[in-house]
Amino acid sequence: MTPVARNRLILVGALLVAGAGLAVVAFGKIGDNLVYYWSPAEMLGQGEKAYGPTIRLGGVVKPGSIQWNAEHTTLHFHVATDHTPGSASVLVRSTEVPPQMFRDGIGVVVEGTFDKSQVFASNRLMVNHSNEYRAPKPGEEPRKWQETVEGSTTASATGAQ
Amino acid sequence: MNATIGYGLVLGAVACAAFGAVVGLVSGLRRNEAGSPWVMRAVWGFFACMAGSNLTMVYALLTDDFSIKYVAQVGSRATPTVFKVVSLWSALEGSILFWGIIMASFVLAFALAHRDEHKRYMSLALGTMLAVGVFFSFLIAGPANPWHTLSPVPPDGPGPNPLLQNHILMVIHPPMLYLGYVGMTVPFGIAVAGLLRGEIGDAWMAPLRRWTLLAWTFLSVGIILGSWWAYAVLGWGGYWAWDPVENASFLPWLTATAFMHSTMVQERKQMLRLWTMSLALGSFILTILGTFMTRSGIFNSVHSFTQSDIGPTFLVFIAILLVLSIGLLATRGHLLVAQGQIHSVLSRETSILVNNLVFVAITFTVLLGTLYPLISEAVRGVRVSVGEPYFNKMAVPGGIAVLFLMGVGPMLPWGTPDKAALRRQFIIPASVGLVVALACYVAGLRGFYPLLTFGLASFATVITLRELVAPVRVRMSERKEGLLTAVVQSASKARRRFGGYVVHLGIVIIIVAVAASSAYVQHTSGTLRVGQTLTLGGYQLEYLGVSEGQEPHRTYMAARVKVTTPGGAVQEFQPRLNYYERSTDPIGTPAVRESPKEDLYMSLMAFSQGGATASLNVWVFPLVGWIWYSIPVLVLGSLIALWPSRRRVAVGASAPATGAAPPVPGSDMNRGAA
Repeated sequence: MTPVARNRLILVGALLVAGAGLAVVAFGKIGDNLVYYWSPAEMLGQGEKAYGPTIRLGGVVKPGSIQWNAEHTTLHFHVATDHTPGSASVLVRSTEVPPQMFRDGIGVVVEGTFDKSQVFASNRLMVNHSNEYRAPKPGEEPRKWQETVEGSTTASATGAQ
Repeated sequence: MNATIGYGLVLGAVACAAFGAVVGLVSGLRRNEAGSPWVMRAVWGFFACMAGSNLTMVYALLTDDFSIKYVAQVGSRATPTVFKVVSLWSALEGSILFWGIIMASFVLAFALAHRDEHKRYMSLALGTMLAVGVFFSFLIAGPANPWHTLSPVPPDGPGPNPLLQNHILMVIHPPMLYLGYVGMTVPFGIAVAGLLRGEIGDAWMAPLRRWTLLAWTFLSVGIILGSWWAYAVLGWGGYWAWDPVENASFLPWLTATAFMHSTMVQERKQMLRLWTMSLALGSFILTILGTFMTRSGIFNSVHSFTQSDIGPTFLVFIAILLVLSIGLLATRGHLLVAQGQIHSVLSRETSILVNNLVFVAITFTVLLGTLYPLISEAVRGVRVSVGEPYFNKMAVPGGIAVLFLMGVGPMLPWGTPDKAALRRQFIIPASVGLVVALACYVAGLRGFYPLLTFGLASFATVITLRELVAPVRVRMSERKEGLLTAVVQSASKARRRFGGYVVHLGIVIIIVAVAASSAYVQHTSGTLRVGQTLTLGGYQLEYLGVSEGQEPHRTYMAARVKVTTPGGAVQEFQPRLNYYERSTDPIGTPAVRESPKEDLYMSLMAFSQGGATASLNVWVFPLVGWIWYSIPVLVLGSLIALWPSRRRVAVGASAPATGAAPPVPGSDMNRGAA
């Protein structure tokens, strides 16, 4: 083997190792930073797997469940899977100021974590806007997507850091 | 009537592009020059049809022709004239149509700029570009047809998306990005032509480089303006969220940057040729992938206009491009074998090689993070997104490596360095960097990465400035030129080098601004009663009450906030919520107190009936404005590098000057920059 060929071999080998290392690190970091989209029913169905990772919980604000503490700094409310009475719901605690649209029955996405206490601690609260981020498709009624509760429809809507 | 004309012109564009592509590629491959004038005619035809179709749409928008579905969808009689024109790119179909005219203009500009080049080469290059044109005009004619008609004709439309009407930046930033995206078609055409012909001579590297730089400049400006828009309009207190669509614009930027560096090694050392070509092809494919991500609605994001039918068409096109590119590189790769070698680890070529690896690594990680949710949902049926921390953790080391290389690279000579001289050159910049980092620490700034960034930024700045100033000083002392003459002369003697270093300074500014604004951001939020105050970072914010107002296309509620700065100045700001006639939800406009040192950013979240209370989100971002202030520096640097030099003959005419050129490594970098 000539020195040139050997150098090339070493170079290619080094690149492969570096590439593999990068891939391992990248996939590992992705795994640590995944954000799951779940509805309350789906999240409760995960059992203990739901404790820990960042979750975007999408649902509707259960009517009559909005409660502020005395200083108006912490907000508690229930997020239900959908509008049917008795659908699965989760208690959410949020310190974030909710936007103007926040009210009973509106679609929301809250981001945060869930734990054994069964309280969803949210640091980010998004309301499903009907017009933010997208123009209506012809024939699509604006009303309709306002009621769409699928988390991802506004998942990146407020795109907060 | 408008619809018939407009759609007919689109069909004409398909025909012209298809004809030109076939004639160009076939005659080019057959080594036949007879097709060349016909390709030129096809280019003109393509341009004329696209321009006509776009003008027809603008006319329809201006005259409120609601018989056209697109106009009925985005137009309204009440929309101000300027926003009527802008509606052209405010929704999917129109934006693709607009895309068409930009593409046609680029192809025509390329054809005219290089009309004296070798005919066969031009046929191949133009044929390839027109083949891409076939794809886009087919898209306009079929899946994304803006010329559908409506019957009965509605009396009025809803007007463009309120977000579009909210800020002037929305008018500028999409066209800039389009120019950047579409501009990559030209280097793609040049590269494919070279590969098809089986030879990339130095003569063709120059246009390849210049057209990439042009597209790169538009892309850079577009990305920065886009982040500025997000910051100034969306009100969530940030400028970059690693949104898939933001990533889509960032990916080709990364590979194009890598390309422009590796091309220097190719030119100097006849190395990395296959690699350079791969980067040129890859950048284009990433722009198409970016367009797909932006326009197909596969991601939910600010820029996606719901689900549409163009996704499959794009996927097929991307697949074709990938197969074609890999096939070309595989079959023609042997013609691009390196002739040079790397002799020393401490050399310019090594630093550029490392630079390329860093850029490709960043591209890979960003691409992975962007596509992961799609893969996860397709393969496992699990809906996830990749959180920002992933991107930040991966990008920060990458950015720091880039910063370091921007310092080290320009310092290292080509070939084998003189180690002692290198050491001498290294000492001053390194100690300046160290001192700056220490000074920041003493000033109370903490955090490993930010301090490292500031230190390296000073290190790179000192070296870059030295490289810029050295030839000027030599000219001033040896040739007794005035300062201005010396600057102009040394810039024009080595345009690419000079321009490149100016761009480097702009990038250093951006990296420092990003590091400072994300590491030292302060945030608070609160609900205030009238007369209550909130403090953040030395600022005092007192809520004075709401004020209501009316503008032609919207009404607004503004919270009047009296701000007392740390310096004692008092000023009133009004973050708002805007209400548009046809939309129930308010859209916020944050109020920003800008200063070179830091921005105070106030966003109104909510207010109670009558304005007794208001909820505010407040941030203080150090240095954030410098991200957008860097635009003139980037543009200036690119213009210096792009400025057409007089041909080689003319350079030879001033030969005596070249003889006395300062002994700076790489000072003859403008060689072949025609």
